[in-house]
Amino acid sequence: MRHGQDLREYLREEAMPNVWCPGCGHGNVMNALTRAFDAMALDLDNVVVVGGIGCASRMPFFLDTNSMHTTHGRALSFATGVKLARPNLTVMAVMGDGDALAIGGNHLIHACRRNIDLTALVLNNEIYGMTGGQLAPTTPQGFRSMTSSLGSIDAPFDAVELALAAGATYVARTTTFDFDEMPQLIEAAIRHPGFALVEVLSQCPTYFGRLNKLGQGRKLLDYEKDMTEPLEGVTRDELVGKLPIGVFREEIRPEYTRRYAALCERARRGAHG
Amino acid sequence: MQQLIQGNEACALGAMLAGCSFFAGYPISPSSEIMEMMGRLLPARGGTFVQMEDEIASMGAVIGASWTGAKAMTATSGPGFSLMQENIGYAAMTETPCVIVDSQRVGPSTGMPTMPAQGDVMQARWGSHGDRAAIVLTASSVLDTYKMTIEAFNLAERYRLPVVLLLDATLSHMRENMDFPDAQVHSRARPGADNGFEPFGGPEFMAFGNGTRFMVTGLTHDETGHAQTSNGAAGERMLRRLMGRLEADADHVTHFKRHRLEDAQLVFISYGITARAARAAVDELRADGVRAGVLELLTLWPFPEALVSEIAGGADAVVVPELNLGQVALLVRAVSGDRLVVPLGRMDGSLLQPSEIAAAGREALNGGGSTR
Repeated sequence: MRHGQDLREYLREEAMPNVWCPGCGHGNVMNALTRAFDAMALDLDNVVVVGGIGCASRMPFFLDTNSMHTTHGRALSFATGVKLARPNLTVMAVMGDGDALAIGGNHLIHACRRNIDLTALVLNNEIYGMTGGQLAPTTPQGFRSMTSSLGSIDAPFDAVELALAAGATYVARTTTFDFDEMPQLIEAAIRHPGFALVEVLSQCPTYFGRLNKLGQGRKLLDYEKDMTEPLEGVTRDELVGKLPIGVFREEIRPEYTRRYAALCERARRGAHG
Repeated sequence: MQQLIQGNEACALGAMLAGCSFFAGYPISPSSEIMEMMGRLLPARGGTFVQMEDEIASMGAVIGASWTGAKAMTATSGPGFSLMQENIGYAAMTETPCVIVDSQRVGPSTGMPTMPAQGDVMQARWGSHGDRAAIVLTASSVLDTYKMTIEAFNLAERYRLPVVLLLDATLSHMRENMDFPDAQVHSRARPGADNGFEPFGGPEFMAFGNGTRFMVTGLTHDETGHAQTSNGAAGERMLRRLMGRLEADADHVTHFKRHRLEDAQLVFISYGITARAARAAVDELRADGVRAGVLELLTLWPFPEALVSEIAGGADAVVVPELNLGQVALLVRAVSGDRLVVPLGRMDGSLLQPSEIAAAGREALNGGGSTR
């Protein structure tokens, strides 16, 4: 692909219309992803996008890449197999918060630990959308869902803290309110030679907004804006009670497929005396 | 020259001969030596080996690798096999060639981790939700473990299916002298150029990164890969096509051995490690003048209905010794009309002894039989 394409070139138009509700933030994330593809002039023949199950995980259907829509929570394990078997492919996993942090939490922390060159996009709308608005591992305490009608008593996971602790080497968070910076964050994550996680707060007007009386569209973007604070240029005190956004880690550590290639080289030399 | 080989080693060596270039797994008794050996063999030979975080991830990685064109496998035992079932169903739905080895141990649950059983016959066929095509193989010797591992890859590649090979704790850990026979290796068909290729239109397989981009989904889909979640006609058509192909190719898919069956009035239908004891029982019975024989099944699924029906139909009594409480006996009964079919089951972690099998055979000939 050449830089400067009509972004529709990156989409599989025969798969449209997409499944996302009016006002959902996921289409904006896909928009940002195609901008990142375009900025990198990626050859889509060499791109594999893997989804799990859920609203966010439907994204591979609409991208004109090599696309896999797998089982709930397991996108990263499929992506790991693809990447290990063909390290020259650019491999991404697109997941929702339930996919990545509840049923797939184990795969997420181990992908971080391996530092395998995958990009994980976690679209966090703080609720289960596909199944009709149930409690997510990211639903804030006190917030309502169809399975926490009196308000959640569960502590939510912080995807960024989890990825940092588990050893991911590129970790960032943004929101659909901060759309302008999203393509660059995603591009940096794809370029990063190691495990990269980008969490995007993405609004769900149909369930999260409605059940919590937060309103629609723009009001939900204001909710995202109010709950977050850019990481850089603020004091610790200003971050209290806020979810920081920005790039939390970007560092180079030995990457898994390269370590495996080096191991194979050692094995080959060993085999020949 | 003959070599002394362990069952699990024979499985790993068979996989290498078949062209396996990707192994993902998670340690579990009594299958771990397969994984350990693949971990020693693959890196020096340009293949990929990875220890995943659990069996669910192992199966996911195997499927992902297969979509890059790799011949991929995993090996496990009962609890891990249970965990893999959802992704095995995904492999079936997406027509992904791969091999799953299940070295059976006593269950349910953690059961007896190092003791043999044959309790996963039904799980291997029906463990994943929904209907699907399935091939399940087994073996009763170290040599056959080697051969059937190769056959598992060949059938997976030919039919674009997850193929299960059932071993058991005893076969996995026993050692026998064997020669390495020549073997034919089959690899998945590649599509011809510019022929309007449909990624789910038949046995031809296009790996990722080869210039045709498409969707692989566990949702019901059509031949192009497009999801069809409210119109299942394409999904049923594709499933029936594959099952029809297996049925039409039954002669290629069905493997079995006859032991002294020619004039047998007493037939044992057995498989896996238990078939060895059944053969010994037959030799003992024959020495006493009882006309007995064994039909050893190497292909458990698709269940060889016509073969079993024919052989059971020619006998006075049929006994099905197996290390479970009647899983294959149920199938044999279903195709044996009014013939007396006696299950001889055991699931205490011990093997069935030739003497017990012979005694059950004599009892069956006298018109009685254990319902154990």
